[in-house]
Amino acid sequence: MTLDARVPAGLLHEKWDNHKFNMKLVSPANKRKYKVIVVGTGLAGASAAASLAELGYQVDSFCFQDSPRRAHSIAAQGGINAAKNYPNDGDSIRRLFYDTIKGGDFRAREENVYRLAQISNSIIDQCVAQGVPFAREYSGYLANRSFGGSQVSRTFYARGQTGQQLLLGAYQALARAIHLKQVTMYPRTEMLDLVVVDGAAKGIIVRDLITGQIRRHAADAVVLATGGYGNAFYLSTNAKGCNVTATYRAYKRGAFFANPCYTQIHPTCIPVSGDYQSKLTLMSESLRNDGRIWVPKQKGDKRPPQEIPEAERDYYLERKYPSYGNLAPRDISSRSAKEVCDEGRGVGETGLGVYLDFADAIKRLGESVIRERYSNLIQMYEKITGENPYKVPMRIYPAVHYTMGGLWVDYNLMSNLPGLYVLGEANFSDHGANRLGASALMQGLADGYFILPYTIGDYLARTKPGVISASHPEFLKIETEVKDQINRLLSINGKRTVDDFHRQIGKLLWDYCGMARNELGLKQALAQIPGIRKEFWSNVKVSGSNESLNQSLEKAGRVADFIDFAELLCLDALQRAESCGGHFRTESQTSEGEAKRDDTKFCYVSAWEYQGADCSPRLNQEPLSFENVHLAERSYK
Amino acid sequence: MDLKLKVWRQKDSASKGKFEIYNAPNINPHMSFLEMLDVINEDLIHANQDPIAFDHDCREGICGACSLTVDGKPHGPEKGTTACQLHMRHFKHGNTITVEPWRAKAFPVIKDLIVDRSAFDRIIESGGYVSVNTGSAPEANMSPVPKHAADSAMDSAACIGCGACVAACPNASGMLFVAAKVSQLALLPQGQVEREKRVLSMVRTMDDENFGNCTNHYECEAACPKEISVGFIAKMNREYLRASLCDSGSAGNTKDAVN
Repeated sequence: MTLDARVPAGLLHEKWDNHKFNMKLVSPANKRKYKVIVVGTGLAGASAAASLAELGYQVDSFCFQDSPRRAHSIAAQGGINAAKNYPNDGDSIRRLFYDTIKGGDFRAREENVYRLAQISNSIIDQCVAQGVPFAREYSGYLANRSFGGSQVSRTFYARGQTGQQLLLGAYQALARAIHLKQVTMYPRTEMLDLVVVDGAAKGIIVRDLITGQIRRHAADAVVLATGGYGNAFYLSTNAKGCNVTATYRAYKRGAFFANPCYTQIHPTCIPVSGDYQSKLTLMSESLRNDGRIWVPKQKGDKRPPQEIPEAERDYYLERKYPSYGNLAPRDISSRSAKEVCDEGRGVGETGLGVYLDFADAIKRLGESVIRERYSNLIQMYEKITGENPYKVPMRIYPAVHYTMGGLWVDYNLMSNLPGLYVLGEANFSDHGANRLGASALMQGLADGYFILPYTIGDYLARTKPGVISASHPEFLKIETEVKDQINRLLSINGKRTVDDFHRQIGKLLWDYCGMARNELGLKQALAQIPGIRKEFWSNVKVSGSNESLNQSLEKAGRVADFIDFAELLCLDALQRAESCGGHFRTESQTSEGEAKRDDTKFCYVSAWEYQGADCSPRLNQEPLSFENVHLAERSYK
Repeated sequence: MDLKLKVWRQKDSASKGKFEIYNAPNINPHMSFLEMLDVINEDLIHANQDPIAFDHDCREGICGACSLTVDGKPHGPEKGTTACQLHMRHFKHGNTITVEPWRAKAFPVIKDLIVDRSAFDRIIESGGYVSVNTGSAPEANMSPVPKHAADSAMDSAACIGCGACVAACPNASGMLFVAAKVSQLALLPQGQVEREKRVLSMVRTMDDENFGNCTNHYECEAACPKEISVGFIAKMNREYLRASLCDSGSAGNTKDAVN
C-alpha cells in the first residue's frame, strides 16, 4: 500500500498558508460540542491541550505523572531553534529548512519540515509573551547560541534549562485552561488502549494509577503526545516512566508505526558506571560549543588527562570534520566516539568514554564565563561523578536519547486512523533519520500551538459531535481486554522481576540494534526476542494487586510492550539495508566510514501495519520526493 | 558498604503508617540513592514483599518528582541536590538511614513515600501564568528585558515544584514555591498586566490549601535543590502589600480576579 500524506498543492512556501485557508472551520458556537482527548502533557501535549481549550473545544488531558508539569520535556537542556536571524549571520526560514532536511539525512518529508521552519519564529514570540525567561544580552534583546549541525547561531535558551522553562510556559497555559474549566485534567492516569469505532479513533481506556480503576473515556478525536520509545533500550536519557505503550497499543489497533529504526544516540552523556545503573544522564550538546573532544593517540594510554601532552592527543572531530569540528551532528559524533573506543583509545575505568575538555575555553574566556554558560550542567556532572570539570576534563559517552520514528502521520498530523492525531516525539514526521539539536522543542511546540489547532478543526468540521459514547460495545470489549491483560500479568507469579526482563531486552537492542547494525546481528536479535517474550509471559513476577498504587504492575505493562516493540524495531532496521542518519548499517558505508544512503532503493518512509500477534507486520511505504533540495551525500567536513 | 534503612511504610492514605527496617548490604558508593532503593525493591519482590513505593521520573534533578526525606532532611544531606542526584558516596558503612515522605498537612501521603502535591498545581491554576492566548503574541524582541531582570526571573523560575521547601518548614509553609512564580512574572514586562491579581489570588489559594505561614526560619532555602533564595519571599510580601493597596486588585475582587 502506498500512503498518501495529503500534502497540499502549490509552491513550497505557500502550501501551509493555502492549506490554512482551504481547511474547513468549526464555528465558535459549535466548538464546545466537540470533545478532544489529549494524552501526554509534555511540550506537544500541554501546548495542544491549552490551545484547543482556548479555541473553545472541551478537552480531557491525561498524564501518568503526578502533575502535568513533570513530563519529560522538562529535562531538555540546550535550547530551541528558530529562524529569527537576530544575530544577522545569514539565517532564514529556507536555511533552517535545509539544515533540518540535511541533518535528517534526507529522510524527512520536505513540506512538513518547511512548515516547521516557517512556524519556528511564532513559537519564540509565544513563549516570550508567556514570560519564559530566555537568556538576554545586556541590551535586553534575546540571546542566541550555536548548536550542532548548523553554521548559524539560531538557538534560544534559558541557561541549561530551556525545556523546563518552555514546558512550564505550556503547563501554565494549561493550568489557566484548567482553572477556567476548559480542560479536565487527569494526572496519575495511564492510557492503556485506544478505542477505534468504525475505523475512527473515538476514545481511550485508562488506568487510575492510585486506585487501579480501569476507565473508559470517549471523545470526537484523540491526540497522542506520549513521547518516544528510547527506554526500549533500558538505559537511556529518558525519564524512567517514558514508554511506548500508548503508541504501541494504537499500532495494535491499526495505526501505522513509521521508521522505528531511526533512533538517536546522543554523543554527550555521562558514561555507565555499574550494573545497578537505572538511567543515563545527558550533558547538553551546547557544551560542545566550548568543550573540545579528544582521546589519547596511543592505545591503552592510562595516564591522567593532564599528563598527556598536546601532541599525544587526538581531537578526532576537529581532525575529521574541520568545518564543523566539535559541532558535528549527533549521529556522526556518536559513531566517531564509538570508533575510537573500539580501537582501544577510550578513557575511564571501562574504556567506554572520551574527554570533553574545557581547558582551552577557560584559558580563552576565563572560568567565570564558562560558569555562567554551563554552571548547572557542570554541577550535575560533579554530583554524579564526584569530579570537577573546571580542573579535569569531563568523560562522556553516547547514549540513547531520542527516537525519530513514531506513529505515521499525514501533513495534518493525523495518523492513518481518522481522528487519531499524533504530535511531538510520538510521531515520525520532521526529523528524518537524525534530529538536530534544539529541534525537538521546536517541533513539539509547533505541533501543539500552531499546527494541530488548525488541522483538527478540518476533521471535526466533517464529524458529528458526541455520536459514540463510552458505553458503546467496542469500549466495553477493549476495557475487558485491558483488564484481562492486567490479571494475566498479576497471576504469573514467576521468578524474574520486570526490571530484569527490561534490562535483558535493552541490552539485546543496544548490542544488535544500537550505534551500528548489520544483517547478521539483527537476525540474531530477531531470533532471540520471541524467547524473551515467552519467558516474560510465563516467568515474570509482578507483586501486589490491581486495586492499589502498584508501580511493579505499571512497569510490567510497559515492558511487555517494549519486548514486542523491540521486534518491530529490529525488523525495520533489517529491511532498511542502507545507512542513513542514526541508522548505521555496517554493510553500507563509504570508504571513509561514513553513512552511505541508497536513494534508489530506500528513499521512502517505512510504515508498519499490525497483522495480529502471530503474523509479521506488513510494510507500507510513503515515497519521499525532494523537489526543493538536492539529494546529496551529507558532508560536514 | 553495608547499610540499614528505616523506611516509612503506609498502605494507603486511609491506613496508619509505620517504620520498617531493611538491610542494604553491598551498596556501591557510585549508586544514586534511588538506585539503592531499586536494588532493595528487587530483593523485596523476590521475597514476596511489597516493594517500597516512591515517586521518581527523570532521575537527573529537574522533574521534581522525587520527594524523600532522608535522615530528617528533604532530599538528604547534600546542598542543592535532589534525592535522585544524591549518591551513596555521601554515606558511611554501618549507617542507619531514615527515609520518610514529605510531612505536611497540604501533602497527604498516598502510599509509602508518595505524597499528593496537587495543591501546588491548584496554586498555579489560580494565577501563576500570563493570560496570553496562542497566536496573540507580538514579535519577541518588541519588549527588551534588562539582563539583570531576566537573570533574576530565571533564578526564581528554576523552581522544580518538588515541595522540599514545604517539607523543610516547621510551619509547612508554601511561600517559597509561591514566591518563586510570583517573582518570576512580576520581574518581566509580560507579567505586569495581571501582577496584582496574580499575587492576591495565588496567596489566597495557598492559604486555602492548608499551607502554613512564613516565620523566617529559612529552612526552605536550605532544603531547596535549586537553591532558590528566601529573598523572593520578601519580594512576594512586597508584591502582596503593593497589590492590596492598588485599586485593580482590591481584596474583594480576588476570587474571580484571574478569569
